[in-house]
Amino acid sequence: MQARRKAVIKLAGEQLLLLALTFMMLYPLLWMVAGSFKDNGTIFTTAHSLLPNRLDFSSYIEGWKGFGGVTFATFFLNSTIITLLSTFGSVASSALIAYGFARIRFRWKKVWFVCMMLTMMLPFEIIMVPQYVMFNWFGWIDTYWPLILPTLFGTPFFIFLIMQFIRTLPHEMDEAAKIDGCGKFAIFSRIIVPLIVPAMMTCAIFSFYWRWDDFMGPLLYLNKPQLYPVSLGLKMFSDPDSITNWSALFAMSTLSVVPVFVVFFLFQRYIVEGISTSGLKG
Amino acid sequence: MPLLAAEAKGKRRRKKGMENDNLTGYLFILPFLIGFFALTVFPVAMSLYLSFTNYDMLGTPRWIGLDNYERMLMDDTKFIKSIKVTLFYVFTAVPFRLVFALAIALLLARLVVLKGVYRTLLYLPSVIGGSVAVSVMWRQLFGNEGALNSILAKLGLPTVSWLGDPSYAIWTLILLYGWQFGSSMLIFLAGLKNIPASYYEAAEVDGAGPWRRFINITIPLLTPIILFNVVMQTIQGFMAFTPSYIIFEDGRPLNSTLLYVLYMFQRAFTFFDMGYASAMAWLLLLVIGLFTALIFKSSSYWVHYESEGER
Repeated sequence: MQARRKAVIKLAGEQLLLLALTFMMLYPLLWMVAGSFKDNGTIFTTAHSLLPNRLDFSSYIEGWKGFGGVTFATFFLNSTIITLLSTFGSVASSALIAYGFARIRFRWKKVWFVCMMLTMMLPFEIIMVPQYVMFNWFGWIDTYWPLILPTLFGTPFFIFLIMQFIRTLPHEMDEAAKIDGCGKFAIFSRIIVPLIVPAMMTCAIFSFYWRWDDFMGPLLYLNKPQLYPVSLGLKMFSDPDSITNWSALFAMSTLSVVPVFVVFFLFQRYIVEGISTSGLKG
Repeated sequence: MPLLAAEAKGKRRRKKGMENDNLTGYLFILPFLIGFFALTVFPVAMSLYLSFTNYDMLGTPRWIGLDNYERMLMDDTKFIKSIKVTLFYVFTAVPFRLVFALAIALLLARLVVLKGVYRTLLYLPSVIGGSVAVSVMWRQLFGNEGALNSILAKLGLPTVSWLGDPSYAIWTLILLYGWQFGSSMLIFLAGLKNIPASYYEAAEVDGAGPWRRFINITIPLLTPIILFNVVMQTIQGFMAFTPSYIIFEDGRPLNSTLLYVLYMFQRAFTFFDMGYASAMAWLLLLVIGLFTALIFKSSSYWVHYESEGER
C-alpha cells in the first residue's frame, strides 16, 4: 500500500513537472498565435495574456496585403517554388550519389567520400562571400539560381543518410537483377529507389524545413519584393520603423510557420527517426 | 562514430557483389564532383586569394598582402569586440542548451505515461527554430512592452529594457538558442535507450544509489553522444546569424550583440569590403577547425568507447 502510494505520488510529480515545463516552452508560440487575434490597442496592455479579447481575423486580412503593393500571396508562392524545386533536386541527386558511394566500387572512392564528409562540416557562412562574388559575375542577382542550383549537386548530409540506409539492404536483389540483365542504373531506379523511399522522405522533410526557413540566401541574392520568399518578406514587413500594426505582424508570423507545423505533424515519425539515427541538426 | 562502424561493415560485404566499375561509379557521383569543385573548392580557394586583396566588387581585386589580417587583429576594435561577444555566446549558449537537453531527456526517458506527447511538444520550438517568425516573436516577447515585462509589472517588479541594455541583450539570444534544445534532446534520448537496463540492475544490486548510477553508468556511456553534440553545437553556435540580425540588426546596443558572422556580413554586404570579409571567413574557419580539433583531442580523456572485447 505504502509503496503504491509512493509510486502514484512520483508519477503525479513527474507529470506535473513536465506539464509546467512544456507550458513554459510553448508559451512564446501560444503567445504569438494569441497576439494575432488581439487588437492593436490591447496588445501591449495585456501583453502576457494568452487569451485574446476578441476572435476575428481582420489582422490576417490586413497583414496579407503585405507592403509596397506586394501581398503575402506572392511571398508564399515564391517560397513554394523555391522549396519544391530545391527539395526535389537535392533529394534526387543525393540518392544517385549515395548509391554510387554505397554500391559501386571505383578508384579513389575513399578520397571522394572523405571530401564529402568534410563538405558536410563546412558551414555555408565560410563560402558565402566568394559564392556571392561568383554568382554576381554570372549575373544571377535577383534570380532564384543561387538558391536552387547549389542544391542540384546533392547535399552531403542527405547523401550520408541515404548511404547508411542503402547499406542495410541485402545484396541478393541487386544480384538477381544483374543476372536478369539489369545495368547499374536500372538496378538503382527499379530496385533501390522504391526501397529507400523512407530515407528519401526524411531528407525531403529536412530539406523542406531548411529551404522554407532559409533567410540568408534570399537576403543576399534577392532585392525585389516581387521575388521575396516568406522569410524575407516577413523580415521586411516587420521592420520596426515602418510597422504599426502589431497584430498583423503576429498574424503573418503565425501563417509563415503553419506549413512547417503541418509537415511536422504529418511526417513526425521520419523526423524523429532521422535525427535519432543519424544525429544531426534539425 | 556510426561512420566507422558502417565503413567496417562495408568492408566485410565488399567481397561479394561489388566489382570495380570506374565509369559507372563516377557517373553516379558526378553531381557531387561538379558541386564539390565548382561550389566548394573554387570558392574556398577564391576566398583565400581575396583575403589578401582589397576588393569592393566594382574594380579588380588589388593585392595588399597581409594587410587585411593585420588591420583585423591590430586596429579594428569592432572586430575584437565581435570575437569577445561570440566566444561569450558560444561558451554560454552551447553548454546551456546541452545541459538542458540532457536534463529533459533524462526526465523523458524514465517516463511511462504520455512520453511521446511530451517529446513532440518539447521538440516543437526547434521545428521552427531558424525561422524569421521566431526571431520576430522573440523581439516582441522581450520588448519594452512585451510579455516578459508585462508579467514583471503584474508581479509588482520593475521592468527591464531587455533589448536596450548592453548587459542583458546578449542573454536574449542565449535564451533563444537554449530554447531550441529539441534535436539535442532527441539524440540524447536515442543514446539513453541504448544503455542496457542490466547495467543499472547490476549497479542497484551492488547498492549504488540513483546519483552513483547516473555518474558511473549514464554519463560515461553517453560520452560519445555528448562529444558529437558538443562538436556540432559549437560549430552551429559560431555560425549564429539570423536572430541577431533580425532582433538587433547591427549589433546594438553598443555592439553587445555583434556576433562574428553578423559583423562579417556587415563588412561584406554593407561596406562591400569583400577582401576583409574573406579574411574574416578564413579566420573563422581556422578557429572552428582549432576548436573541433581541441574537442576531439581532449576526447581521449573523457569519452568512453565500449570496446567489443569488454562485453
